[in-house]
Amino acid sequence: MIANDLSALMPLLLLAGSAVLIMLLIAIKFNHRSIQISSLLLFVISFLSIFQLQKPLPYFIEPLFVIDDFSIFMIGLIIFSSLVVNIISYLYFEGKEESPKEYYVLLFLCTLGGCVLAVSNHFISLFLGLEVLTVGLYALIAYFRARHHNIEAGIKYLILAAFSSAFLLFGMALMYFQLGTMNFSAMTGKLGTISSLPPLFLTGFGLMLIGIGFKLAVVPFHMWTADVYQGAPTPVTSFIATVSKGGVFAVLIRFFIAIDGFRFHALMVVFVVIAIASMVIGNLLALQQKNVKRLLAYSSIAHLGYLLVAFIPGNAMSIPAVSFYLAVYFVTTLTAFGILTILSSKENDMENINNFKALFWDHPVLACIFSTALLSLAGIPLTAGFIGKFYILASGLQTGFWVLALVLILSSVYGLYYYLRIINTLFSGQQNPASQEKTVRPVFYLISSIVLSFLTLLILWIGIYPSGLMQLIEHFQIR
Amino acid sequence: MILIWLIGLLMGGGLLAFLVGQWNKTLPRWISLYTLIIGFIALISFWVEHYAAINIGSTDSWMIDFQQDWIPSFGISFHLAIDGLSLLLLMLTFFLGILAVLCSWKEITEHLGFYHFNLLWILAGISGVFMAMDLFLFYFFWEIMLIPMYFLIGIWGSKNREYAAYKFFIFTQVSGLLMFISILALYFIHAQNTGRYTFNYFELLGTVIAPQTAFWLMMGFMIAFAVKLPVVPFHSWLPDAHSEAPTAGSLILAGLLLKTGAYGILRFVLPLFPEIAKTYAPCAMLLGVIGIIYGAILAFSQTDLKRLIAYTSVSHMGFVILGIFAFNELAFQGVVMQLLTHAISTGALFIMAGMLKERLHTREIDEMGGLWFQMPKMGAIAVLFAMASLGLPGLGNFVAEFLILLGAFKSNMWLTVLATIGLIFSAIYSLRMIQKVFHGPIPASAPFSDFSWREVFIMAVLTISIIWLGLYPQPIINTARPMIKQMEQLFPTEFKNQP
Repeated sequence: MIANDLSALMPLLLLAGSAVLIMLLIAIKFNHRSIQISSLLLFVISFLSIFQLQKPLPYFIEPLFVIDDFSIFMIGLIIFSSLVVNIISYLYFEGKEESPKEYYVLLFLCTLGGCVLAVSNHFISLFLGLEVLTVGLYALIAYFRARHHNIEAGIKYLILAAFSSAFLLFGMALMYFQLGTMNFSAMTGKLGTISSLPPLFLTGFGLMLIGIGFKLAVVPFHMWTADVYQGAPTPVTSFIATVSKGGVFAVLIRFFIAIDGFRFHALMVVFVVIAIASMVIGNLLALQQKNVKRLLAYSSIAHLGYLLVAFIPGNAMSIPAVSFYLAVYFVTTLTAFGILTILSSKENDMENINNFKALFWDHPVLACIFSTALLSLAGIPLTAGFIGKFYILASGLQTGFWVLALVLILSSVYGLYYYLRIINTLFSGQQNPASQEKTVRPVFYLISSIVLSFLTLLILWIGIYPSGLMQLIEHFQIR
Repeated sequence: MILIWLIGLLMGGGLLAFLVGQWNKTLPRWISLYTLIIGFIALISFWVEHYAAINIGSTDSWMIDFQQDWIPSFGISFHLAIDGLSLLLLMLTFFLGILAVLCSWKEITEHLGFYHFNLLWILAGISGVFMAMDLFLFYFFWEIMLIPMYFLIGIWGSKNREYAAYKFFIFTQVSGLLMFISILALYFIHAQNTGRYTFNYFELLGTVIAPQTAFWLMMGFMIAFAVKLPVVPFHSWLPDAHSEAPTAGSLILAGLLLKTGAYGILRFVLPLFPEIAKTYAPCAMLLGVIGIIYGAILAFSQTDLKRLIAYTSVSHMGFVILGIFAFNELAFQGVVMQLLTHAISTGALFIMAGMLKERLHTREIDEMGGLWFQMPKMGAIAVLFAMASLGLPGLGNFVAEFLILLGAFKSNMWLTVLATIGLIFSAIYSLRMIQKVFHGPIPASAPFSDFSWREVFIMAVLTISIIWLGLYPQPIINTARPMIKQMEQLFPTEFKNQP
């Protein structure tokens, strides 16, 4: 039995082991390149280990974990994103003032945290996963400890994340007090017969929502987002935008399905308010941003709002729509931040919108990739974002959430303006003959470009032929 | 199969032009020209082949149908089909496409590959709109034509291009998304009624909807099409977009993009919601009349040549709305004619405005004058098309507007009387335009060259078509007849009995 447990947890164990292994490699003074390549290999191995998981699923590891199709899908998504982050990191960190090697250890730990969230079936594993993820992120965000933006972002994240964890813990305690169990599956039984929520449980859930809302950066818990996105090193930003949010959303879905929260009117009202506020405010705040990283931060707030629109109805289409949109959002966000990473120089991050002038005439391939990613975020046809938005709208309208659908439409329309503004900048101005200088690391530049091109093709492929991904998601469902 | 082949041809040609444009500075022009000519010839031969069959008067108005599953889990299929109306508009698309390539031959010198990529993809989107018989696919193409158009205005436009591009994009995008909600709602209502999830146009046609809901759904569709057409309160993007776009962009906007709005109303609004459409027909006709008169007055007061022509479009499209909501055969025939003749006459005017701008570097009418002496050929052609646009008998627009007024008179006399006033206004603004540009004192400036062989060719083709449409419109009306017959059956004869 214990052997089965181990093999079921293999991806997580591999990630944890990789962190230790990389630490050892650093100790025997490998250089940056070999650390990078070995961590890449380890990520690939962890990713492949997902396919070796034994059936039948779901497989419960009482009381903490559950391995089912949905968690496999989320783990796959998370490890894949970390893999991409890992690849684009080399160019960014090579030659920077800090030694980049420990970065990879932290990356493994954060990924592990995200994966633990995706398989957790218990408050304790939820909290453990969240803390592994968050503590790793403290260090990652403030990685360049000599730059004041990084330090500011790190401190901000540290304080707010610590606060939100406290809220989360208190909320869990209250719910435990009411129900006498911390296992999600057991809660199903306890709450099964009640139609209105006991007040203590409601309070506890509210407090927990504060913690979760902070991690997801939904309005009104979004204050940290822009500063942290801007201050963190760009690959770390892409990690926060994808893995950290995806893992938390996965556990939220699992918890909510376990307690069947969709039947409690009070909870749904809270979610509806959060969703509307996130869509409206996120897009509004992004409108005037000059800094592309901050702009993408606000746009990510809006995207989490869209995700909630698909989640709130709680019908048969909801979870597939959320999974689909998460996958699309991951790929798109990674592509967009990947471009920012590739274009960043040794001293400065590529983040001011004016730096993007005439990019299309200087680097047509990179500009095409970036435009595709932005158009996908904006939800324009031929890109994956459009199908994702269609899925969300279909899920919302099926149960008659007209107001949510209308807010989504209207906010995404004025949200379009800022995506178009960036794209406009890409095409404005004249070709700059001096910009054809040689890149410093041609091999890794090429590898990163190939990875990003691959992601772009993925965006287009999902946009034109979404059936493939839809069937995949249909297969990896919570049952 | 020819249908999917046409779209593939345009998209493939666009990609090829884009790739080749990275290395070669002239080849993209030739690639897009040949792409469009091949498509046009294919369509013409298709028309000739099927023309006999149309005249026999078969009951089925659909000529060709292509269906392939696309996203089966949502009941979305790649479903293309054309009837007479679609075929006519498709031919118009390729025809104007060729002219658009020709008229930007000298005008566009920068980023040629990307320019022709955008041009061909707009045309691909428009062709898709005219063929799609799956509502999801229709929306898909509806959106595809926007992005390249946005680039076309935003990159190659004149001074105020970014503002115009944003405005165009946001207007059309908002309205498009409202239509998308309506499409989704229709999809779910149909699924509730029948248990079948499908976006197929033919299956959705008979959907039973509660009148209150149907009104809102129709508004979703109607706003999208009204913005494109444009119907008066929604027209404010049009003068900006038209005046800032490069010549080919204005040509495609006026000639094709506006037509997608009219096509959408004919194809979707009337067949899907006949009862509601009937109830609100007087309102729509009133808006049409307002558009006719308001557009004409604004056209009269413009000093910018391209804005002037843009407002004449508003006026002419008012006739289209008036004709569509008159619901009888004559008016429908007039609408089909108006779609074609307006594309040709206004397109010709825009091309000439572009040629003037190439020579004079201004669009201000006040800075022009006396050009007839230097450019007699252009002057003559300009008079011809100004006459066409004011509805001179013998030219295509006369047939169209006369038929529309004749048909509309049967269903709403007073509004038609008001609309007729628009014809007088159109004479006033057209003559003012000719007077200001080609007559009057000559501004002191360098001599300008008259038409080159390329410009002569463009204008000759346009002139022949507008005269042909004016003298012998029967082939067009015959082609559209089966479709018009079907439309008429939706609206039984009660209107005909009114005084």
